[in-house]
Amino acid sequence: MKLVYFAWVRERIGVPEEDVALPEGVATVGALLDWLRTRGEQYEYALAEPSLIRVAVDHVHVASDTPLGEAREVALFPPMTGG
Amino acid sequence: MADRPPIDVRVQAADFDVAAESERLARLSRNVGAIVTFTGLCRDEDGKLAALELEHYPGMAEAEIARIAGEAADRWPLLGLTVIHRYGRIHPGENIVLVVAASSHREAAFAAADFLMDFLKTRAPFWKKEHVAGAEAPSEWVSAKENDDQTVKRWSSSD
Repeated sequence: MKLVYFAWVRERIGVPEEDVALPEGVATVGALLDWLRTRGEQYEYALAEPSLIRVAVDHVHVASDTPLGEAREVALFPPMTGG
Repeated sequence: MADRPPIDVRVQAADFDVAAESERLARLSRNVGAIVTFTGLCRDEDGKLAALELEHYPGMAEAEIARIAGEAADRWPLLGLTVIHRYGRIHPGENIVLVVAASSHREAAFAAADFLMDFLKTRAPFWKKEHVAGAEAPSEWVSAKENDDQTVKRWSSSD
């Protein structure tokens, strides 16, 4: 699965994107975030405040209980500030 | 929806021409009686800001704006809708975003442009970073405003 990061989430994690093999049992967006937090300090720092993390699966906004299913690309980013 | 009007969504680094975009929708149909354009510009915050850097999520930015525009077209009788959002480095006085809504009567055009901007701010994947004039201070990501999230709620309580 491809993970992509934007804005300060990208800066804190330190890479714009990466391919990951999900461990068994990581089936929802929320579980993915929990698992990522265990991958190192930079992930813990980037994802420390769950209320500030937005998630999109294959270019569509989703909630944290959304199943990952056949997701190809999951994006993590802060609340948007366009317009 | 069966009878959606032409919807034109562009995400680009280049500037846009407000008058030309308005003119293009005016020519779509002789039934166009109202065109509302909204232009969002980069301001300098009383001299503090040197530039904004707009990051976006390529692919999703276009898709999400198209979804929001489609919702507006389902909701109001529009004859044409154009949304252009820029990315990259933008200086004070320069354009950031354009919404042009055309309809037969003004109510639909005003409402659709207003709706588009509320949802662009909270759902379109763009992030602004401020570069401060003088360059001593570090560049900072702009925080989302909580009242932007509250503002979009008015569109669900009204119908």
